[in-house]
Amino acid sequence: MTDASMDTPRPRRAKTSLVSEDARTKKRNAAEKRFQAYGIAAIATGLFFLAVLAFSIVRSGLPAFTTTVVDVNFTLTQEQFDEAEGQLFKTKAYSGYFITALQKKLEAENVQVAFDEAAIERIMGKIGGTLREYYTANPDQLGQEVAFKLNASSRVDGYFKGRVQRETLQDSRFLTLADLDLVDALAEAGIVHSAFDWGFITGADSGVDNPGGAGIGASVVGSFFMMLVVLFLSLPIGVAASIYLEEFAPQNRWTDMIEVNISNLAAVPSIVFGILGLAVFIQFMHLPQSAPLVGGLVLTLMTLPTIIISTRASLKAVPPSIRDAALGVGASKMQSVFHHVLPLAMPGILTGTIIGLAQALGETAPLLLIGMVGFVARGYPDGFISGFTDPNSAMPAQIYTWAARADQAFYEKAWGGIIILLIFLLTMNIIAIILRRRFERRW
Amino acid sequence: MYDAPHTERDVDQQDIKISARKVQVYYGTTHAIKDVDCDIEDKTVTAFIGPSGCGKSTFLRCLNRMNDTIDVCRVEGDISIDGEDIYDKRVDPVQLRAKVGMVFQKPNPFPKSIYDNIAYGPRIHGLAKSKADLDEIVEKSLRRGAIWDEVKDRLDAPGTGLSGGQQQRLCIARAIATEPEVLLMDEPCSALDPIATSQVEELIDELRQDYSVVIVTHSMQQAARVSQKTAFFHLGNLVEFGDTGKIFTNPVDSRTESYITGRIG
Ligand SMILES: Nc1ncnc2c1ncn2[C@@H]1O[C@H](COP(=O)(O)OP(=O)(O)OP(=O)(O)O)[C@@H](O)[C@H]1O
Ligand SMILES: [Mg+2]
Repeated sequence: MTDASMDTPRPRRAKTSLVSEDARTKKRNAAEKRFQAYGIAAIATGLFFLAVLAFSIVRSGLPAFTTTVVDVNFTLTQEQFDEAEGQLFKTKAYSGYFITALQKKLEAENVQVAFDEAAIERIMGKIGGTLREYYTANPDQLGQEVAFKLNASSRVDGYFKGRVQRETLQDSRFLTLADLDLVDALAEAGIVHSAFDWGFITGADSGVDNPGGAGIGASVVGSFFMMLVVLFLSLPIGVAASIYLEEFAPQNRWTDMIEVNISNLAAVPSIVFGILGLAVFIQFMHLPQSAPLVGGLVLTLMTLPTIIISTRASLKAVPPSIRDAALGVGASKMQSVFHHVLPLAMPGILTGTIIGLAQALGETAPLLLIGMVGFVARGYPDGFISGFTDPNSAMPAQIYTWAARADQAFYEKAWGGIIILLIFLLTMNIIAIILRRRFERRW
Repeated sequence: MYDAPHTERDVDQQDIKISARKVQVYYGTTHAIKDVDCDIEDKTVTAFIGPSGCGKSTFLRCLNRMNDTIDVCRVEGDISIDGEDIYDKRVDPVQLRAKVGMVFQKPNPFPKSIYDNIAYGPRIHGLAKSKADLDEIVEKSLRRGAIWDEVKDRLDAPGTGLSGGQQQRLCIARAIATEPEVLLMDEPCSALDPIATSQVEELIDELRQDYSVVIVTHSMQQAARVSQKTAFFHLGNLVEFGDTGKIFTNPVDSRTESYITGRIG
C-alpha cells in the first residue's frame, strides 16, 4: 500500500474469458488426462494378469476336487461268503462274484461289453481284497444289498478329466484301449461317474504310486499348528518390541542401529532363516525334524520384522496430541500408551500381523531346509501337543512336493492345493479388512 | 484502549504458588527461554502474552514438565510449586501433572465418548468411589466447562464428533475433572466463538476462587478481562511482569508498550 507500488503499476494479465480454455489450462488438462490414462492402463494390465492367473489356476486346479468313482450295488450271501472263505485264493473268489454281478447289471442295462478280472482290477483296483475286508469286518451285511463306492484308478480318473486320451494311449499294464471301452460302457450305465472328492480336502498325502488318494488335509493341519506358533510368538514379541522402541526407548545411536537392523532383517531372504533354523533349532537345540514347532519358530523369525515395522508405523501415526492429552491429565507413560495409543494403533497392528501371517503361510523355502518338504504325512497328529511335534508337512511344502512328482495326476493336485492355499490367504485378508473396519475410529 | 474494567480489579497479594528462577530452556541448540524469573500467585489468574514464537507455550509447559516428552528439550534453573522443586530427581512428573492440569492450544479430546473423556482422569487417579460418584464428577466438570447443556443428551457420543469450540470446552472440563491445584491453559479460546469465549472466561474467573490459573493468550482484551497478573514475553525473555492493570495502562518497558498498542508482534 505504499506510494511506490502506485507509481509502477504491475503489468496486468490480459483479460480472458472463463468459458474458453487458455493455452496453459489446455496443456495442464491434457497432462492430467494423460496421467489418468496411464493410471488406468496400469490398473487394467494388472487386472488382466490377475484374471489370467485366476483363470489358469482355477482351470488347472478344479479337477483336483473331483474324482472318478465306481458305484455298484452288490449283494453277497452267507453261502457265497462261506464258499469263498473255504477256497485257496479267497480274494479271487470275491472278485468272481463281483464280476458276475456287474455283468448281470450291464445286461439289464442292455450294454454289451466283455471284460475279465484283470481289466476290472486296472479300472477300480483290487476289488476282491476290498470286498473281503468289508465282509469280514461287517458280517451282518451278508445277504443284504450294499452300495459300494469305489475309487477308479488314477488312469481312469485321468481319462475322465481328459488327461489320458484314446489317441495317445498305448496299451500298458496300467490301462488298455479295451479298458477304455469298458469304462465308457460303465459310464453309460451310470456305474462310473465323477464326484466331489472330499478325500482331497480332508486326506493326507499318499505315496508316489497313488495320486488318487492324496489329500491336502494333513498339511493344512500342519500349517495351522505352524501359524499358531507364529501368532503366539510374533504378535506379543513384535508388539512389545515396537512399543518399547517407539514410545519408551531413548533416541540414540543404539536404537538407531536396532532400527536399521530390523529393516534389514525384513529384507533377508527366507531361505537364510531356514538354514538358521536348521542350525539352531534342529542341530543345536535338537528339536524334532519336520515338526510344525520348528517351522513355526523359523517363520516367527521371518514374520517379526514385518510385524515390528507395521506396528511402529501405526504407533507413529497416532497423533502426538493424544499422548499429550493423556499425560496432561496425569496419566503415566504406560497408561497413555495402553489406554489411548495402542487402541488407536490396533487396526494397523492387526493388519500388519495378518499380512505377516499370510506371508508366513505361503512361505516354502525355509521349510525346505528343516525337512518339511518331501516328507509324506501319512495321517493326522493324534493330539494337540503332537500336532506341534509330530513330523508333518505344510500347505506350500505339500504343493511343492506334488509338483515335483512325475505323475501328471500329482501336478493336478498341486494346482488344487494352490486353490486351497489361496482360499486361506483370501480369508485372512478379508479378516484383516473386517478387523480394520471394526477397530477403526473416526477422528 | 483497554481501560474498561480493570480499574476496580482486586490486586490483593496472594501466596506464591509457583516460583521460577533463572529458567533456561533449550531445544537442541535453540535457546527458547532465557533467564526467566517469575512468581505465580495462588488464587490468581496470570496471563502470558507476547508475539508468536516468543516462548509462552514453552514456559507454560515447563510448569508441568510436559517438556520432558520432547527429546531435544532441556530445562535449566529452578521451578518450585509450594516450595518444592518440581525438577527434583525424586519428583514423579506424573504426580506433578495430576496437580498441574493443562489445556492445550489445539483441542485434543480422546477418540472416546464424551463421558469417558471426562471420567478418564478421575478414574486413573481413583477420585470416584462409585459409578454415581463418577457420574457426578462428570456432570459437575461439564457444567463448569460450560458445555453440559450441549452434550448432556449424548454423553455416549464420541468427543471427537463435537465442533472445535465444543471440543476445547470438553478439554477444559476434562482438565478440571481431576481437581488440579494449578490450571495451565494454552490459548484455550483460540477456537471459540465470542459466546463460548465469555463462558470460558467466566469459568476462569470462577476457578480463581480455588486454583491458580495461568493462561496464554493472543487477545489483549482477554488478558485484560480475566487476569490479575500479566507477563509479557519477547524473544524468550520475560520483559515485564506485574499487575495487569499496570501493564496495560502504564507499561515500564517500551517493547511492552509497542506490543500492546499493536506495533510489534
Ligand atoms: N518441539 C520443538 N522443537 C524445537 N523447537 C521448538 C519446539 N517447540 C517450540 N520450539 C521453538 O521455541 C520457540 C518458542 O516456541 P513456543 O511454542 O513456546 O512459542 P509461543 O510463544 O507459544 O508461540 P505461539 O503464540 O505461536 O503459540 C520458537 O522459536 C519455536 O521455534
Ligand atoms: Mg504457543
